[in-house]
Order: sequence, then C-alpha cells, then structure tokens
Amino acid sequence: MQHRYFPHTDEDVRQMLEVIGVKSLDDLYAEVPEELKLGRDLDLPLGKSEAEIRRKFQELSAANKPLVCFAGAGSYDHYTPALVPYIASRSEFSTSYTPYQAEISQGTLQYIFEYQTMMARLTGMDVSNASMYDGTTATAEAMMMCTAAARKKNRVLLSATLPQRVLDVCQAYASYHGTDITLVPMKDGVTDREALTQMLAGGDVAGIIVPQPNRYGITEDFTGLADETHTAKALLVVSGPASPLGVLKSPGEWGADIACGDAQSLGIPLGYGGPYIGYLCAKNALIRKMPGRIVGQTEDREGKRAFVLTMQAREQHIRREKATSNICTAQGMMCLYVTTYLSLMGPEGLREVNENSCKGAHYLCEALVRSGKFALTFDKPFLNEFRLTCLAANPADLIARAAEAGYLAGVKDGEDGLILCVTEQRSKAEIDQLVECLTA
Amino acid sequence: MNNKLYSNLIFELSRAGRKGYSLPPCETVAAGLDSLPAAVRRSEAPELPEADEQTVARHYTNMSNNNFGVDTGFYPLGSCTMKYNPKINEEMAALPAFTQLHPAQPESTVQGALRLYWEEQRMLSEIAGLSEFTLNPYAGAHGELTGLMTIRAYHRSRGDDKRTKIIVPDSAHGTNPASAAVCGLQIVEVKSTERGTVDVESLKPLLGDDIAGMMMTNPNTLGIFETEIPEIARLVHECGGLMYYDGANLNPMLGVCRPGDMGFDVMHINLHKTFSTPHGGGGPGDGPVGVRKGLEQFLPDPHVVRREDGTFALECRDGSLGSVSAFLGNYGIIVRAYAYLLALGSDGFRMAGRLATLNANYIKERLKSHYLLPIDGLCKHEFVFDGLRPEYGGDHHDAQHVTTLDVAKSLLDMGFHAPTIYFPLLFHEALMIEPTETESKETLDAFIAAMTAIAERAKADPESVKSAPHHTPILRADDVKAVKDAIFTYQAPAD
Repeated sequence: MQHRYFPHTDEDVRQMLEVIGVKSLDDLYAEVPEELKLGRDLDLPLGKSEAEIRRKFQELSAANKPLVCFAGAGSYDHYTPALVPYIASRSEFSTSYTPYQAEISQGTLQYIFEYQTMMARLTGMDVSNASMYDGTTATAEAMMMCTAAARKKNRVLLSATLPQRVLDVCQAYASYHGTDITLVPMKDGVTDREALTQMLAGGDVAGIIVPQPNRYGITEDFTGLADETHTAKALLVVSGPASPLGVLKSPGEWGADIACGDAQSLGIPLGYGGPYIGYLCAKNALIRKMPGRIVGQTEDREGKRAFVLTMQAREQHIRREKATSNICTAQGMMCLYVTTYLSLMGPEGLREVNENSCKGAHYLCEALVRSGKFALTFDKPFLNEFRLTCLAANPADLIARAAEAGYLAGVKDGEDGLILCVTEQRSKAEIDQLVECLTA
Repeated sequence: MNNKLYSNLIFELSRAGRKGYSLPPCETVAAGLDSLPAAVRRSEAPELPEADEQTVARHYTNMSNNNFGVDTGFYPLGSCTMKYNPKINEEMAALPAFTQLHPAQPESTVQGALRLYWEEQRMLSEIAGLSEFTLNPYAGAHGELTGLMTIRAYHRSRGDDKRTKIIVPDSAHGTNPASAAVCGLQIVEVKSTERGTVDVESLKPLLGDDIAGMMMTNPNTLGIFETEIPEIARLVHECGGLMYYDGANLNPMLGVCRPGDMGFDVMHINLHKTFSTPHGGGGPGDGPVGVRKGLEQFLPDPHVVRREDGTFALECRDGSLGSVSAFLGNYGIIVRAYAYLLALGSDGFRMAGRLATLNANYIKERLKSHYLLPIDGLCKHEFVFDGLRPEYGGDHHDAQHVTTLDVAKSLLDMGFHAPTIYFPLLFHEALMIEPTETESKETLDAFIAAMTAIAERAKADPESVKSAPHHTPILRADDVKAVKDAIFTYQAPAD
C-alpha cells in the first residue's frame, strides 16, 4: 500500500527485509506474543485525501462561531501582527527538536535567549527560563519552587484573588505533591493584607503567591509586602498575564523573588485556549531551583558568540527523581511568537496596547453602569478587565443574548457577576453595540 | 546567508524611535493608564527592542537559516519520533474558525471544536485499546504526571492511602522518575536483565500493598519489546497496583499491538511524536492520557462529552483528580493531530508502525559491522549502539578513544541531525537511533554511508572526527563556560 507520507516502494521493502533476514513485515514482530496482537485493522475510517480532510474541517468550522470578544479571564484578544505567525511558520524553526545539538540549533537557541532577556526585563527579574506550559502550571511550579527553596517549610499562601483556573491547578498539584496550600481571603476585591499578616506570623510559610492584575482585573497595591514576606523568611511570587507588565510596576520593583504567569497576551491568538506559553522568572539566587530549560551564552571553539542549553544539572534527564521538575518539552515555538511580537511592538507599542485597552474598558464600564442595570462590584482601580454586578438580569442570560448577537459578553462570575474585558482591538462601535445589547 | 552581517541579537539592532507596529486609532474617551495609582505603575518603560518590520523579518529569517529541522534533513533522534510534519495539519490549525475561539465561549458556539476533541479522543482510545482519553495535558511529561495523579486518585477513592511507591525500570526515560517525584511518589527502581528488559525475578520482591503502580514503556528505551509484559502486568495487578504505559515509544506498535491489550491501565501519548505534530524546537506538544474502563471519572477536568441528542458539552466530574491545565490543553496541536488521524486512517496505521520498525532494523543490520550492537535481535522503532566498535577507535578503555559525542558532531557536518546520545544510561557510549516510517531507503542508505565513513575516519584519522563539526554555523560550543559565566540575558556593553 502506498501512502503520501510513506516513501517505501514494494521493491524497497523487499530489499530491506532481505538485509534484515526476515520474510515479511509481520515477521518483524515475531517475538511479540500472538495473544497480544490486534489481529485486525484498527476500527477507524480509511485514510483520507487532503481534499477530503479540508471538507471535514469545513464542516467542523461551520459548527464554530467566533464571537467579538469581550472576555479575558486568562485569554486576551490582543492583535497579532502578520509577521509573528509568518516567522513561526518557517519550518527550520517549527520542525526542529529541542536544541540539544547547539551547532545546528543556533536559531532556536538565539530566539530563546532573546525571549529570556525580554521576559527578565519585563518582570524586573534576573533570569527567565525557556517557557512553561501555561500560566496555571507556571504558577504551580513557582509554588513548588517555594517549598523546595525553603526545604523544611511546606506551606504556601495563595491569594483568593488569583484567577480560579490558577487556584484549581495549584490545588491539584499541591494535593499530590504534598504541598500545604492556604488561601488568603479577599477583602473588597483585593488580597486581605491583615489576614495575610496573621497567617505569616505562624512562621511556617515558604511562599506567598499574589496576582497582578487579579481575577477581577484590579491592580493590587503590594507596598510593603516584600519586606513583610522576607522578614518571615518566605518567598514572594507575583503571578499575572504578561502584557500588563509593560505598564504596571514589575514584580522586581515590588521586591518579588519569582514572577510567573501566562504570556499569551503577547501576540498569541485565543486559539480556544492553547497553545499559550507560561513564563517563569526569578532572582539569581533561585536559579538552581528553577524548572525547565535555560539558554546561556558561551563561545565556540574559535571564540565566536554562541548559545547553548545550560544549567542542565537541574533537569530530569540528568537528575531523574531529584530534578527540580519533570518538565522538558514546554512551549518552545511560542517563545518565538512572544519574541517577534515584542520586537515589533517595542516599549511604546506595548504601552499603547495597554493604554487603548484600559480606555476601552473604562468606556464600556462607564456606559454599562450609567444604564443603571449594572454596578461596578469593587471600587478599585482596574486595567482592562472589571467585574460588574448585574442588577437587572441574570449574567447567564445576558451572555446567551449577546452570543446570539455575535458578542462574547465576558465570563460569568458567581450568581450575579460578569467579568468583562476590552482590548485595543475593540472599536468604539463594537463597544457601543455591546452596551446596546446588554442594556436592551 | 551572511553570518557576519546577520549574527546580531535583536537588542543590538534596536534604534530608539523606530517602530514596527500599527494599531487602530483609539476612539474611546475615558480614563486611561493615568487613572491608575502611581504606586502600581511602572516607573520606567521596559527596555525592549525598537525596530521596523523589515529589520525584524530579516533578523528572524536569517536566524532560521542557522537551524536544522525535519524539513531540512534526516533526524534519527532516538525516543523522539521525528517523523514528517504534514503541511495540511498546519493549514487546518490556522483556520480562523478555530484560532479565534475564546475558551469561555458558550458551548453552542463551539460545537465544531468540541466535536473534534471528542472524535480525536475516541480515535486514540481505539488505537490504544483503552476506554477514554483526556487531551488536556500539555506534553509527555505533563501526561505522565496527569496519569500518575489518575492512579493516585483511584487509590484514594478506595480509601487506600498507603500506596506511595511507584516501580520504574532503571532504563526508563528520565521524565518517569521525575514525574513520579512531582506527584509525591517514591521511586522503586527495578533492574534490567542483560538484554535490557525488566527482570521479572527482581520485580517480585518489590511488590506489596505500598505499590501504587509500575511505569513502563514497551518497546523499552532500547527498542526491545518486553515479551514478559503479560506476566509483569499480572503481578502488578495482583498486588493491587496499576500499570502505566509511557507512550513515548508507541510508534512501532500502531495497528499491531495495543497498550490496553498488553495489560496497561493508564497511558500517555505524545502527539508531537506519534501523531506528527511539529516539535517546535521544544514544544508545544500535547500529552493525552488514556485509561481503561472504570477509571474514566478520575481523569482531569474539564471533559468533553457527547450528549444523547448528539451535541457536545464540557463537564466536570465527581472524583476527578482536579485540573492540570487552564482549559483543553494545547488545542491547536490537537487540531493538527486530528488532521493526521484522518490522513492515515485504518489503512495508514496498518503500515506506519511496521515501516518504522523496518527502517530501524535495516539501519541496525547495515551498521553493526562498524558500531557496537550490545543487544542483537529484532528491535522495534529504535535501537542503541554502544559507540564505535573497538577496531574503529571506539574502545572506551582507551582515554583517547573516539566518543559517541565525536560521532554525533561529525554527522552534523554531513547534513544529518545526530542520534540521541548518552541515553539510555545502561551503556557508556549510547547512540540511540530512531528513523521513523517517513524516511526513504535512499535517505537511510545515505545516513548509513555517512556513519560508515565516520567510522573509517575514526580509524584512519581520529583527530578529524574529534574536532568536528567543521562546517556548521558555529563550531563546537563550550558548555562548561556557559555554566561558569552564567549569562542568561543580553547585557548591553558599557559605553
């Protein structure tokens, strides 16, 4: 049987079997006990031509309806410049393996080095790794870094204002890893600092994880938090989406030890939730506790600048069960998305994206509150995402009504809440139409 | 390509005031960043590059020329299954009707996306001989962790909290013990026989009521099929443990012999190995986890289910181990694998595993005259040489011997990627070769000729091999200096 992905002619197969010294392809499995063999074809449809595959995808596509996006909650609809996917589609990049052979992988290694530099500068940290799976798992790994660094302490405080998905994934990891998680309660939409101070007093806390912006889009004020945390000999972790790092006080400026979160907001399409990219950056003192791959600068035999995977003594293929983490394949290609995006946007582009998103969000918020049918749940500063209390209708009904009209009207939060988000992509006309739809 | 002109970092190409982006005009008049308290705002703009669009395009295009991918040439990387990545997969994954979906969209607006996920998990279940798959884990190691959590959730559901140990063969991939450690399990290592397979007699005394399960891959990391698998599975089940299948080596078994039929209860698959999605220089991949009947409720949330009326929905389950990902995994990778599943179908899968096995055995037979084959006999998708034969300069008792690293670097000069080297750890000079089914006999013959030529040179002129590579974009890089200097970010030179 010939298939477009298999180059073997019948004559090739015959010659190769002869070299091996067996009579048939099935004889290559002579040692496999007969009772384990399938003995039939798999119960799947026959292989399809490209044209048939396209047709199948047309059918599936027709059953999807992309909506004009006013939701965030971890997935942000920022614009991706054309060059970003174009570069990432170059198969010299996309079809390569993890860059273990540095001499023929300088392309991958160099963009990861650039990525690490950009993320370290954005977060105000010393070092970044070469990516995590997503923001939720990056935060879970940061949580485990805290207990690994503290050695004897096993308790990590998580602010209840972290996004629910982050809390859920941290909860699952902690439950099996054996980490003791305690939630710091929320007060008026932000982390309850008084409660946190009391929790720290126990002296058994290895780390504290706080969000920025938080699950309601609110920018929290962490003044004094790092000192308080460090006095208690714990590590401070700030977790959040990456785009706002361009305008908000960086985790480094807050005095954090680890910065983590999702960098999807830096040029990666919504893509029904993935692939995205988790980032994880830290202070130099923590580098040996970091999970994942790290690229370092060195020289080749002739003294030319070169890049290699380094600090591998932390990793699973060397340390096995004593490794800092089990992660190996992460989101390499998405580093290239982030790197080309940031190269094009620069500091000013990133500021403008956040500025326009922020204005759009405030415009939408004001218009909905003005209608009398919504109230801003928390009187706190927010960037591009905010929680409204629905006064006149059920949020699920509002979301359904908006979807009919072609809009994704945020995500439901509790019984009466709606969390909405605006990015620079939303025009004034789109926002006005959403307002009309939600207040009709 | 001009390495002199184009070897800069993007930071070195940056010029203040250049711009590479465009945004729609902001028409809304409302509070902006100034409305945020000064305390939460950044004091200085981040130092990011400033460049025009062509500078960025040229910079990354030239960088790509310093890279080797499956589209560039043969990638015989053991345990990595570097098969051809079909281009139709890429085009389907880029369809706006998929890329523009937000994960929070109402189910009624994402029926196509949910159907694809559901159909793919059904197809993988048939291929694996298991009951249900989650596609949520992001990569192989993440799948392992999820699978181990599933096993622990199962034991917990029975109130059996004392099963805190997991058995792992000494030849296992490094991720196995590392994933078990992250999952809070203690590792019990089981020895290999001289043929590199699990030693059943060594296994027996390890079994008891503290064993959560056993992790295996079959064929194992030497490419050898573990023929005693029914007995191993019986023993582990008898002591109350579950069998975990590391799907990194699934490729040769496609359509021949299924993990579920071998006696495995839980497994992961690497879509970026067996199901042709590109490896991306280190991801994104996807690591679906499958389970046998009776374990479905323990899989992570959310699940995609088909309702009685034929529509699809997201569901969270009582008993689930919780969530391991923000949503439905690396969805774009799941889309690519779906296109591949359609392209192969039952007739394609009948051939894929067999041809992969044919290619591996062919290389092994043709090269064992020059390279040391520690375990003779049929291999499956891959096999391991223990370096060059002594008569070709490979005697590792001689400090000056030509090493596996030297062979690997020589291959780079000859237009091939290197095999996996120094793994598995059972041999000093391991050279692990996996050709996959998508390579032609001519490619294999050219690789065999290159490997033979390297061996001949190692005998006649060892220095020329030890100093390789000579023709790559950079020469051999100094790994020790990288650790010592510890430069992980670009630092602008002082004025």
